[in-house]
Amino acid sequence: MIVLEKRPQPSKVWSYATPLVAVLATMFFGGVLFAILGKNPVEAIGTIFWEPLFGEFSFYYRPQLLVKGAPLVLIAIGLSLGFRAGIWNIGAEGQYIMGAIFGAGAGLAFYPLEGWYIFPIMVLAGAFGGWLWAMIPAFLKVRFGTNEILVSLMLVYVAEQMLASVSLGLLKNPEGFGFPGSRNLQSYESAHNAELIAGSGMHWGVVAAFIAVIFAYVLLNRHMLGFHIRLTGEAPRAAKFAGVNPARLILFCLGLAGALAGLAGMFEVSGPAGVVSIDFNVGYGFTAIIVAFLGRLHPVGILLAGFLMALTYIGGEIAQSQLGLPAAAIQVFQGMLLFFLLAFDLLTNFRIRAARNEVA
Amino acid sequence: MDLGEINPVLLVASLMVAATPLLLAAIGELVVEKAGVLNLGVEGMMIVGAISGFAISVETGSPWLGFIAAAIGGAVLSLLFVLLTQFALANQVASGLALTLFGLGFSALMGQGYVGIKPPSMGDIHIPVISDIPVIGPILFQHDPILYLGIALTALVWAVLKYTRVGLILRAVGENHDAAHALGYKVIKIRILAIMFGGACAGLGGAYISLIRVPQWTEGMTAGVGWIALALVVFASWKPWRVLLGAYLFGGITVLQLNLQAAGVAIPVEYLAMSPYIITILVLVILSADKSSAPASLGRTFHASH
Amino acid sequence: MKFTSLLTSAAMVLGLATAAVAEDKTKVGFVYVGPVGDGGWTYEHDKGRLAVEAEFGDKVETVFVESVPEGPDAERVMTQMALEGADLIFTTSFGYMDPTINVAKKFPNVKFEHATGYKTADNVSVYSARFYEGRAVQGHIAGKMTKSNTIGYIGSYPIPEVIRGINSAYIHAKKVNPDVEFKIVWAYTWFDPAKEADAATVLIEQGADVILQHTDSTAPQAAAQEAGNVITFGQASDMSEYAPMPRVSSIIDNWAPYYIARTQAVMDGSWETVNTWDGIAQGMVEIGEISDAVPADVKEEALAMKAAMAAGDYHPFTGPLKKQDGSDWLAEGEVADDGTLAGMNFYVEGLEGEIPQ
Repeated sequence: MIVLEKRPQPSKVWSYATPLVAVLATMFFGGVLFAILGKNPVEAIGTIFWEPLFGEFSFYYRPQLLVKGAPLVLIAIGLSLGFRAGIWNIGAEGQYIMGAIFGAGAGLAFYPLEGWYIFPIMVLAGAFGGWLWAMIPAFLKVRFGTNEILVSLMLVYVAEQMLASVSLGLLKNPEGFGFPGSRNLQSYESAHNAELIAGSGMHWGVVAAFIAVIFAYVLLNRHMLGFHIRLTGEAPRAAKFAGVNPARLILFCLGLAGALAGLAGMFEVSGPAGVVSIDFNVGYGFTAIIVAFLGRLHPVGILLAGFLMALTYIGGEIAQSQLGLPAAAIQVFQGMLLFFLLAFDLLTNFRIRAARNEVA
Repeated sequence: MDLGEINPVLLVASLMVAATPLLLAAIGELVVEKAGVLNLGVEGMMIVGAISGFAISVETGSPWLGFIAAAIGGAVLSLLFVLLTQFALANQVASGLALTLFGLGFSALMGQGYVGIKPPSMGDIHIPVISDIPVIGPILFQHDPILYLGIALTALVWAVLKYTRVGLILRAVGENHDAAHALGYKVIKIRILAIMFGGACAGLGGAYISLIRVPQWTEGMTAGVGWIALALVVFASWKPWRVLLGAYLFGGITVLQLNLQAAGVAIPVEYLAMSPYIITILVLVILSADKSSAPASLGRTFHASH
Repeated sequence: MKFTSLLTSAAMVLGLATAAVAEDKTKVGFVYVGPVGDGGWTYEHDKGRLAVEAEFGDKVETVFVESVPEGPDAERVMTQMALEGADLIFTTSFGYMDPTINVAKKFPNVKFEHATGYKTADNVSVYSARFYEGRAVQGHIAGKMTKSNTIGYIGSYPIPEVIRGINSAYIHAKKVNPDVEFKIVWAYTWFDPAKEADAATVLIEQGADVILQHTDSTAPQAAAQEAGNVITFGQASDMSEYAPMPRVSSIIDNWAPYYIARTQAVMDGSWETVNTWDGIAQGMVEIGEISDAVPADVKEEALAMKAAMAAGDYHPFTGPLKKQDGSDWLAEGEVADDGTLAGMNFYVEGLEGEIPQ
């Protein structure tokens, strides 16, 4: 009989080793899956993990990892603070959309004026849009005790309808021959979130993601508010005695998560995406929840998890076109990776032992 | 605009159809949550149920076997969640999301040979005499068997939770797993059964979409119903009959907004399209005064430490 | 460090070697917005890809990536295909327009073909199909066959492509049946079979006995079948599993001839930038078999109209036509120009309701 014994302290060694073990397990079982689909498993796994980082065209893929990973990290950092405090915002997708609409809307309001002040205004507008959208569940929770999981989720669908509406109406490109979608911000210099160094993938959104990681790290480890967040999540009753004001904490956590998701949307629409269109959102808000947990709600962990996720996306696309793997197989592969990461986390907190006599 | 063209009898009849997948998935999730487990993988289990049921009913020609297969498919997928959360003690939110991601991909792989095929039809139950009663007939007595199964399951879950020992144990486990454990109940075993029941119900709900409501197989065809089902459970404050009410309300608004459009009501389409979600939020706010019924151990990991 | 660089260079050599082997083959890439198993839009494009493979055999290598979101992801997938030596890349969704132009700038030697857009460049062609020709045939059959004089139309989003189809169908239904009325429901989604089923049911409940759809799933067909005396038309693919009733005919997207011709052009070195908008005449739009549920005389008229459009004798948008607000659009005998059609954002006279803006 095998029993689990809780470690007095989470194991340092295992907390670093488990992600590695999980990736190896995913490679193995993913390989089995690819073999069943009639592909060479070694080649497939190699393509997904090797090509983007060290392959022939890695000069192009490495910067793309930043472009794909940055919004995930930015959103996940915001979410992780709330998750630590037991505040479940799963509507980041909606906040991301609203950030993009507000940000792009602010920029396009100035069109065709050029000026240094336009981009900063867009940044503020984007953050405001996301913040505003997150304040709805926050306010309802504080005022009426309404469940924030559901309200934030419902608001994703509302935001999607708003997005369709502005793409077809308010923000529609007047020179677009009646087709949906806004003007392309990439060709509006003052509003364009261009690469800071050409070909590096570094745009302001990537910079913001790194700043957010540092900010969250400092907040959690050096600041009273960070302490309160951790305390509320780990020991809600102790938090009450310590004088934590739950309403303020909810407003802060949801508001910050919304603002960061809004920023991510704004940087995306003004940079890599360029246009507000009906299908602008591609699920970053939902994927970021996974990233937050993969990173164990730790800022540095989230940074690594974001780029690991980006790697499987980019590597998966390469595997599709080079080896003809279906997109669904890549999705299953990502699902496996999550399963193993979650499952092996057990070893960080527990010790597995063989027990001689069976009690319960 | 001509509101007279909206036939209330047909409206009610078709909202019952629109609500059934939601109802099935939500009633299953209700049992899971009553046992203190939050499984966000409903969407994944539904879509796997949708393709399992579709494939089996196409292969065997029997929609009944299809629905059985869908229930099994959903339950089998939920075992992955069981492994993660009950044995590996992983976080339930993350595990549920992973389950959805995996289910969407896995169903697409399974369904590659089933695109563009028409499944065998189940047909409606048509009881002579009573189904021909005006108004009541079309609303109550002219549906497919699975729709009635959904209502029956709701009644069953309600009765079991309220009047039986099994229900009592289930609630005990959900309210305070440590106390339940101390009383000698096998917390993990009970939760596993609850999760599998939830998986089976979600599978049925998915198959209702692929075999009756649409009926065809396309990748990602559940299109977010699983998430709405999750919302419904909280919306209903974990009460079976309120789940039924909520499902009909949501289905009703969805069908009504299309009716209003077709009747030419001059409300902008995008506002009509977002109305089901906004109304759900409003009802949530109104109902949030009732905080009595969330299972106290919901989402918390149980580990017997002695 | 050294080990990694060794591996890197080994991989590079391998990569170069495979690139060299592939040199004599023409490599054609396809970027899809949905899964190839969607049974509609992407499914038909993939049939075109398979036709290219069947036509050229060993001389061609095709690659595809499915479910690629519009925006930066699409740009990356196109760049990746170009880097890996694709000679010709088909990008098959309107939202790929700007990404296609961006990538085409970076790879002047690679040819790009963008579906349903309007931006061209030295190495970017655009192509689209005149589906409204097929809609004219549908409108004719619908106008003749409706008994309730109510025709339901399920639209996806109010974009020119969809509005054009509604106008074309309405004009031709009205021509043969002055009492006809259109009920239009916007689903506000490209893909949600359950919602499409609901929309069809609602339209039928409100008296429609013909359902036209501009969404790709067969859900409306099934709803019509259940309701009984309702007819439908297949969309994007033939949907012949619902023939002869409710599906009485269909519009089929047939990209194969175009894909084969353009691949051939790249092989010959004769590829040039073109702006293709083909219809029934070139075979890009096909009318699926008209089933026996349609009376013989109606079928004959429909086929005659199809033949006239194929021969270039008849244009579905021929004057006199007025806009919905009663202002003049086309004078007697005047034919709509492609520019107006491409950006069509108004209803013709007689249609009720407003286009959502």
